[in-house]
Parts: sequence; structure tokens; C-alpha cells
Amino acid sequence: MMPDLMDYFFNILPPLLEGSAVTIQVFLITLALAVPLGLALALLRISRFGFLSGLVNGYIWLMRGTPLMLQMLFIYFALPFIPVIGVRLPDFPSAIVAFVLNYAAYFAEIFRAGIQSIGKGQYEGAQVLGMTYAQTMRRIVLPQVIKRILPPMSNETITLVKDTSLIYVLAMNDLLRAARGLVQRDFTTLPFVVAAAFYLLMTLVLTYGFQRLERKYAVYDD
Amino acid sequence: MTTSPMIRAADVHKRFGAVDVLNGVSLDVGQGEVIAVIGPSGSGKSTFLRCLIHLETIHHGSIEIEGEPLVRTDAQGHCHYAPEADIRRVCRKMGMVFQHFNLFPHLTVLQNIIESPLTVKGLRADEIVPKAEALLAKVGLLAKQGSYPSSLSGGQKQRVAIARALAMEPDIMLFDEPTSALDPELTGEVLATMRALAEERMTMIVVTHEMAFAREVAQRVVFMDGGVIVEARPARELFTAPEHPRTRAFLQKML
Repeated sequence: MMPDLMDYFFNILPPLLEGSAVTIQVFLITLALAVPLGLALALLRISRFGFLSGLVNGYIWLMRGTPLMLQMLFIYFALPFIPVIGVRLPDFPSAIVAFVLNYAAYFAEIFRAGIQSIGKGQYEGAQVLGMTYAQTMRRIVLPQVIKRILPPMSNETITLVKDTSLIYVLAMNDLLRAARGLVQRDFTTLPFVVAAAFYLLMTLVLTYGFQRLERKYAVYDD
Repeated sequence: MTTSPMIRAADVHKRFGAVDVLNGVSLDVGQGEVIAVIGPSGSGKSTFLRCLIHLETIHHGSIEIEGEPLVRTDAQGHCHYAPEADIRRVCRKMGMVFQHFNLFPHLTVLQNIIESPLTVKGLRADEIVPKAEALLAKVGLLAKQGSYPSSLSGGQKQRVAIARALAMEPDIMLFDEPTSALDPELTGEVLATMRALAEERMTMIVVTHEMAFAREVAQRVVFMDGGVIVEARPARELFTAPEHPRTRAFLQKML
């Protein structure tokens, strides 16, 4: 029995690892693009340009107000039929575009909350020292924002790991879809257990990473 | 050639919404002069100070710093501020110290002091660090240069804030109730630092409730009430023989 189980485990490992690679790719690319986009959206949202701020507000409503899966399906299937901007994207880029647009909206709100939690005194302190708004943001406000948004960012990135499983609707072989294929083929639930262990491992790495960041920022108190 | 005053404010009006906070404040401050601004809370004294360094915008009147206009009002009564780059340059002639310090919590004491010389003046670290250390030694906090502000007492924080403002080499220092947020036993160290600065002939405007400091250090004391300057006279005169009944009433309550 045991040797059989081990054999089976090593048998299903390659497809599950391939699936994990897809999952990790979607995760990393989304994170790398959605964080800067989210920051830009947050800065526009709090800017004094009322029109742009309203536009971003509407964008965030749209992105948070519709399912990520729907957005992905829309970009893959419906975008090609829209005049002028319509392009046909392959499955992987479609998924990335949807994830980045969606997560940027959530990140934007986290950044906005963080930026707005910094008191007026910090801006005034920087202003009387001659700093411009851009310098104040870059050198004074945003470094403090990082510390404050670590817990919600940890939440959101862990959610992102698991949300990557939605790309199965574009017939991409992520970790969960690979596991499901094996379950259906072999009539055993073991691939699900292994997939769960992989997800847990990924979130463990993230949790550890964020804890280290929190410790690093614990050198000062607000 | 006439020398212009360090600060010339004329007929400054400021309102918040429908509330008039300043109703025509005029004040000239000479080179090396130390001015204490006293008055009840809500009298507009802090707002006036904040207008001088452009933390608030005024609705009428004019402000000049060392002869350079920050804002002026034309014959039609329209208020015109200088272009933004000029405002920044003019305001850099002044340093400001706040009631709540406004130190940057994510930076150490030394980093707080060198941040602006580095980013605003574009100095190199090796140019500014020795000077920052000298300033810290002057305010008695050299040993704390690697500490974060949260580990300091209120009095220490305020002395760091003073050193930070001085690192930008201002000609004028503005103090907005610098000891009001401090425990009584900690005000002395901050006032001593300010006194030392006054002895070096720094031009200073100090909004304060410290009557002893106003009397001993300031050359001139300005009493504000209801958004106007009620009296502005040499410290000794104002404290011993206040002319206006409102000044007398205020001083009786304070002393």
C-alpha cells in the first residue's frame, strides 16, 4: 500500500508542479504590475483634480463591483468585438490584464487608506522645510504608509494566490485545474490534498515574508 | 538704500468659511528682533504665523519676506500670490517649529535633520552630517542621533525640531506654541534653546503662553485678540503698563 501511494504521489507531482508554476507566474506578474498601478490610482484618487479623482472612483466601483471571473471572460471573449480598442488577447495575457486591473483597484483603496491616515502635520512639517508635494510623498508620506498597510496588503496578496485558480475558465492549467484533472482521471482525492498543501506552502512563504517586513518596520513607532 | 524689514505684513485678512480669523493684521519685524505674540486662544495668533509661511492663504493684505513679496493685494482688492517657485524660495528664508513637533517618525533624529538639506538643497551627506551633528550638540542631543522620535521625551522632540529647522539655515524662525504640548517640567529645556537662539540674534516670532519667556526674551510683545493686534509694544512696557483694557484683562488672567 505505502509504496503504491508514494509511487502515485511522484506520479502526480509533475503535473501539479507545472500547475503551480502557472499559478506562481500569474501571482507574481499581477503583483508586480498591480501594486504600481494601484499606487498611481490612489494618488489620482486623492489628488485635487476632481475629474480624474471621480474617474478613478468610478473605475474602482466597476472593478470591485463585478466578479473577477466575469472581467476575465469579458477581456478574453468580448474585447475583440469592441470597435477601436478591441484586440484579441491569448489566454495568459487576458488573465493577466484582468487580474492587474482588478487587483489594482483593491490595492488603490488600501494605499488611499494608508495615505489618508498620515496626519496633516507631516505635510506641514515637510512643507516648511521646503519640500515639494512630490518630495513629501516620496520621502515622508509613502515610507510611513508602507508600515501601516502591511497587514491589509498581506491579506490581499494571500487572496490573490487563491484567486489565481479562477483562470481555469480560460482553460489554463493552474494548480487547482491540474489537481481536478487528476482527481477525475484517477478517482482519488489525493491530488486535492497535495494541491491544498501547495497553496498552504505558498501562503506560508507570504505570511513569513510579511511578518519579516512588519518586524523590519517595527523599529519605529508612529 | 533702505533695508527692508525681515517680515512686513500689512492689513492681513483671513477667514475660515464664514468666520473672520484675521481682521487686518499689520506687523513689521526687524533684523534680529524677537517678537512674542500672546493672546487668548482663538485670537488668530497661530493663524497669523501660519499665513507668514504660507501654511494658510490670506484673503486680503500683503506679506513680504526680506523685501520679497509672498502675496500682495491690488487696488481692486484682489489678492495675488507669487508664483509657486517664488513662494517656495521666499518661505525657505523661514524655519518653523510646531506645537506638536511634526518630526518624521520613520526617520532617526539625525535623518530628520539631514532629510531636507539632502532632498531640497541637494547637499551630499558628508557636507551636511557634520553640521547636523553640531546642531544636535548645540541642543544637547548628540547622543540621541540614532534614536527614533518615538523614544524621545516631548522636550527632546522639540529640540530636535528646532535643530531640524536650523539645518536649513533660515534667517527667521517662527515658533507656534512650542511648549504648549509639553509637560511643565520639560518646557525649560526648550525655552533655554530658544533663548540661546535669541542671543545669537536670530530673528524670531514666538506665539506663546509663556509670559515669563515673552517678558524676558522678546524685545517686543504683540497682544492679539479677535483677529487684530490690540497692542504691540516693548515687552517691559506691555507687561508693566498695558494700555488697552483687553490686554490688562488678559494679563491679569495669565499672571
